[in-house]
Amino acid sequence: MPKITYIDASGTERTVEGKNGMTVMETAIKHNIPGIDADCGGACACATCHVYVDGAFTEKVGKPSAMEQSMLDFAENVKENSRLSCQIKIREDLDGLKVTTPESQH
Amino acid sequence: MAEAPKRVVIIGAGQAGGQAAYSLRLGGFAGAITIIGDEPQPPYQRPPLSKAYLKGELDAERLFLKPVEYYPEHGVELLTGVAATRIDLDAHTVELSSGAAVGWDRLVIATGSRPRRLSVEGADLGGILELRTLDDVDRLKAVAHPDARLVVVGAGYIGLEAAAVANQLGLKVTVLEAMPQVLSRVAGPEIGQFYNRVHRAAGVDIRTGARLAAFEGAGHVTGVRLDDGEVIPADLVLVGVGVLPNMELAAEAGLVCGNGIVVDGEMRTSQPDVYAIGDVAWRPLAHYGREGRLESVHNAIEGGKIVAASILGLPAPALDVPWFWSDQYDLKLQTAGLWTGADERILRGDPQSRSFAVFYLKEGRVIAVDAVNAAPEYLVGKKLVAAQATVAPGELADKSISMKDIGARALS
Repeated sequence: MPKITYIDASGTERTVEGKNGMTVMETAIKHNIPGIDADCGGACACATCHVYVDGAFTEKVGKPSAMEQSMLDFAENVKENSRLSCQIKIREDLDGLKVTTPESQH
Repeated sequence: MAEAPKRVVIIGAGQAGGQAAYSLRLGGFAGAITIIGDEPQPPYQRPPLSKAYLKGELDAERLFLKPVEYYPEHGVELLTGVAATRIDLDAHTVELSSGAAVGWDRLVIATGSRPRRLSVEGADLGGILELRTLDDVDRLKAVAHPDARLVVVGAGYIGLEAAAVANQLGLKVTVLEAMPQVLSRVAGPEIGQFYNRVHRAAGVDIRTGARLAAFEGAGHVTGVRLDDGEVIPADLVLVGVGVLPNMELAAEAGLVCGNGIVVDGEMRTSQPDVYAIGDVAWRPLAHYGREGRLESVHNAIEGGKIVAASILGLPAPALDVPWFWSDQYDLKLQTAGLWTGADERILRGDPQSRSFAVFYLKEGRVIAVDAVNAAPEYLVGKKLVAAQATVAPGELADKSISMKDIGARALS
């Protein structure tokens, strides 16, 4: 099963086992990872599951959809590698994925 | 300073009750937490029930707000399938349907709401369903075979979302709405007209101004009779005509109730060591200078956070503008603010393009926005609402000015 590493704003790393087809957000919630709120439960409606994707994976993870990009355009502290983790589905080739959570989701 | 509370009991294992427990633990609460829920499942998300879950795209476990292991691992006692039957404010106990009683220093009432039932003839026939709980949806899914004739009573968000899914699953769907327009309680007429058109184009028979007289059938529903005598054949009926707050326990205990349990800005009821949150709470609406009851995820989560902060003696969290969303077909409606009381509505974009927004103004200030497939309008709109910003109506309607620029100007 693909391993996903979550790094919080202070640099603390937490690595957990993901499941193919589940999202990076759901996996964080399942493992009680702080820094991902996901208020809307993954409906791409709230932008509280914002993460930065590690440079080695940005290409594999792919680009956000138009809807997600619009949500990101207006989120706080957005960078080039920002994604909403509810829109990233875990696949075998994302094994080792690292994402960093922003200081605050609001 | 008063002694720190040692035992918190939360009645209601929905999104608000769950959030109160999570936020208490996250905030460092070391005492005992008990959640009492009358449903068999741990706290779960309700919004997908009328959307992805009904459609069969998610299994139940993916709706759980926390995995089941969370509760024992974090010392949260989760009692499911048990109802609270009485609150004793003097003894500081809650009595349970199991016959047991639990004691508390702080009580959080998060009992939510229940679907309003119709009192017309035949309302207790088989095949007449409601949509509030996972079990409700499982019952609906079990009988929602393609080609079944479904009559949805009530064109609010629940009714229309379910109608959209049922239509996509191949059911023959009729929606009955007593008001002249769909969604008329929750959104402006532009939004109602738009969704009316979308559903009709998809093949849903929407009947507005339809007055229900009775459900027909012997044992199981076979049709819905309107007051003009017409009978619409039905294999299944889904009633979605709003909810009522589950405030009986609180009222019987002597807590002040109106249309919900009356609380202050800290979500405290008329008894200071008892809180109420979520759908059941009649709360101050920070951005609107009035009180009201909100039925939304935003309200559930915010209430849970406010209560946890209050119990822990921490500063109250920043209050968000009420927000909400609805998924129907390929359309995502996102709402910020409350439109009641608007004296002006500004349409931005062309509904025909399936991406547009309606801004609601009161005395020139933006009080709400409904955005359909229009995230910038929603997100900037939400900030405008929070700031109660004044924006020239012509500017809001002008698509050649970006929302970013509108926001930058209005919020600077």
